[in-house]
Amino acid sequence: MSLKVKSLKELAAAPQWLTPGHRMCAGCGAPIAMRQLLAAAPRRVVVGCATGCLEVATTIYPYTAWRCSFIHSAFENTAATMSGVEAAYRSLRRQARVEADFVFVAVGGDGGTYDIGLQSLSGMLERGHRVVYVCYDNGAYMNTGVQRSSATPKGAATTTCPAGEASPGKRQPRKDLLAVASAHGIPYAAQAAPSHWRDLVRKAEKAFRAEGPAFLNILAPCPRGWRYDTAQTIELTRLAVETCFWPLVEVEEGRWSITFRPKKKKPLLDFLKPQGRFRHLFEGQNLKMIEEMQREVDENWRRLEALERLTAPAEGLRRSS
Amino acid sequence: MPRRADRPALLQGNEACARGAVTAGVRFFAGYPITPSSEIAEILARLLPQVGGKFIQMEDEIASMAAVIGASLAGRKAMTATSGPGFSLKQENIGYAAMAEVPCVIVNVQRAGPSTGLPTSPAQGDVMQARWGTHGDHPVVVMCPSSVKETYDLVIECVNWSEVLRVPAVLLMDEVVAHMRENVILPRDDDVVIWDRPAPDLPPGHPDFLAYRPGPDDVPPMARFGDGYRYHVTGLHHDERGYPLHQGSKAEELVRRLHRKVERRRRELTKVEWTVGEHSGPALPEGLAEGRGRGAGRTVVVAYGAVARSAEEACRGLAAEGRDVALLRLVTLWPFPDEACRLAAGLAAGGGEILVVEMNLGQVAREVERAVGGRCPVRHYGRVDGELITPAEIAAEITGQRGS
Repeated sequence: MSLKVKSLKELAAAPQWLTPGHRMCAGCGAPIAMRQLLAAAPRRVVVGCATGCLEVATTIYPYTAWRCSFIHSAFENTAATMSGVEAAYRSLRRQARVEADFVFVAVGGDGGTYDIGLQSLSGMLERGHRVVYVCYDNGAYMNTGVQRSSATPKGAATTTCPAGEASPGKRQPRKDLLAVASAHGIPYAAQAAPSHWRDLVRKAEKAFRAEGPAFLNILAPCPRGWRYDTAQTIELTRLAVETCFWPLVEVEEGRWSITFRPKKKKPLLDFLKPQGRFRHLFEGQNLKMIEEMQREVDENWRRLEALERLTAPAEGLRRSS
Repeated sequence: MPRRADRPALLQGNEACARGAVTAGVRFFAGYPITPSSEIAEILARLLPQVGGKFIQMEDEIASMAAVIGASLAGRKAMTATSGPGFSLKQENIGYAAMAEVPCVIVNVQRAGPSTGLPTSPAQGDVMQARWGTHGDHPVVVMCPSSVKETYDLVIECVNWSEVLRVPAVLLMDEVVAHMRENVILPRDDDVVIWDRPAPDLPPGHPDFLAYRPGPDDVPPMARFGDGYRYHVTGLHHDERGYPLHQGSKAEELVRRLHRKVERRRRELTKVEWTVGEHSGPALPEGLAEGRGRGAGRTVVVAYGAVARSAEEACRGLAAEGRDVALLRLVTLWPFPDEACRLAAGLAAGGGEILVVEMNLGQVAREVERAVGGRCPVRHYGRVDGELITPAEIAAEITGQRGS
């Protein structure tokens, strides 16, 4: 897919579907991710949003921060709700009973996507609805007070996987949702981070152009849940990418590619250290857990590189395309 | 968790719920975050591992309920906690637990609905859902606390009844009771009565053991998975072996037995509290029930949950002014306390009335009407705006001083 990415100037002039003045917390990564994503929208958007921080804090009575049609669905089914919207819209378009041209965006946090919304997401991807599904992944149920989700990284403390004498925080690694989504054979799936905005916008543009469902998983740091200074959000996001904790990758028609390779891969420690949710890892016997987590990050990177080689088009094919 | 008795503790309703569950012997909790019940999960995530129990956070409420059923079948006392939208998702499996006779406790901290509603505001809109939320005729036990201490007591009652009757039990809290903090003195663990599910009296592997052959109380003894009994569990209609059946009369027999086992214990199950003047207790003061119907203009208020606290305050205030008022507080909601409502009607007959006050549009009021069968007028006062009904509102409603 050849693509000219919008310039910063063009992006700044793009319609702001999510306006400033919402009440997301200071330092929250979610609205930054959403604004970058929506700046790439080629047409008017319809947004479906699962229950979560973004929904709650952008639609506090008597205001809404959304300059578009907005559906707050139940927690578990924003993908199904948007499937209905998109299918009905397509039908109306075919019958020439609606003229407006829309793109459809379904949004959920990691709880509403990795956990309770997974069945609904899977159905939407399998049926092939032309909807861009966006997960803003802050790694826990932040809206209800920081309970673990299947996106919570190993070693993190939450209220339902507390760290203490008997427990090092969460014991299970994060679910690889990008792999799950791409396994549906959809045209486009990617992982992005707002620190690398150009990469994010390019991925968003590809997602909007995809002839079918697209899935984007965007890292969205949460100062309340991760326990760090609100000014560090972008810095922390960058560290997540540069330590390869959050690799920037995309899967286009089944082809995996790493879209950003850190010149010098930083130790995972750099990402963990500023965050209160990992503080206990730096004490006593938990230190070996950091080594374990580092090994898993390294292993995952090797796996991504292997996937990239494995799914690369043959040399001749690449030249001719 | 060793605890010294007689020492007051400042507890939140949700915390009392979690601690009561541990005292009752709950050793398995599967849950999913939802306001305003999340603290129950958070506290049990810490408490249960300390007593050899297991906490699991599941991927949604459907899974939480299913895991609770699985854990109960495996032999552990199991519980989950949720609020409106989550309670809706759990319904199919609650029906399964009723049909397969799997003891389990579901805590529903009610918030204002329908749908996502007002997630942080109280309501009492799930009374009928607690009774009839899952499809088909099924038995259920539902209790409703008005205070932090009572939350502790009733979660234990729910666990006990659920175990001995092998029936799902619902603790129907509300956001006010859940988040209210009160000084409470918890009983010593030794002073708490704990009931266990009936165990098979035949040894494992005995050919005469039938997993669903009821005892004289209509409750079949319950084997644990792994004990060596042949135990086939299904949500289909089933015979005494637990195998699916298609025969109409046998199916009806099963459903009727499921109801009968709860109905048999109705008298013990249905708890209420009367407040008349200085008197406060589970029964009417001596002589009052006999001399019923004296006071034309007497109002008997019926309330439950947090609203009952407001009603009590209103009634005490009016009684001190010489007004003839009484309060019937429902502690058990299902099976419905018909008998107590008839007593209330007796008190109000001859010119008085029953006033049902609740944070919904008349879910209990209609049950009261049914129970009293026209013996006295039944009036309803309700709010569904997520605000707790205040004593002043209730007093004004009783004295007729509310602007219409």
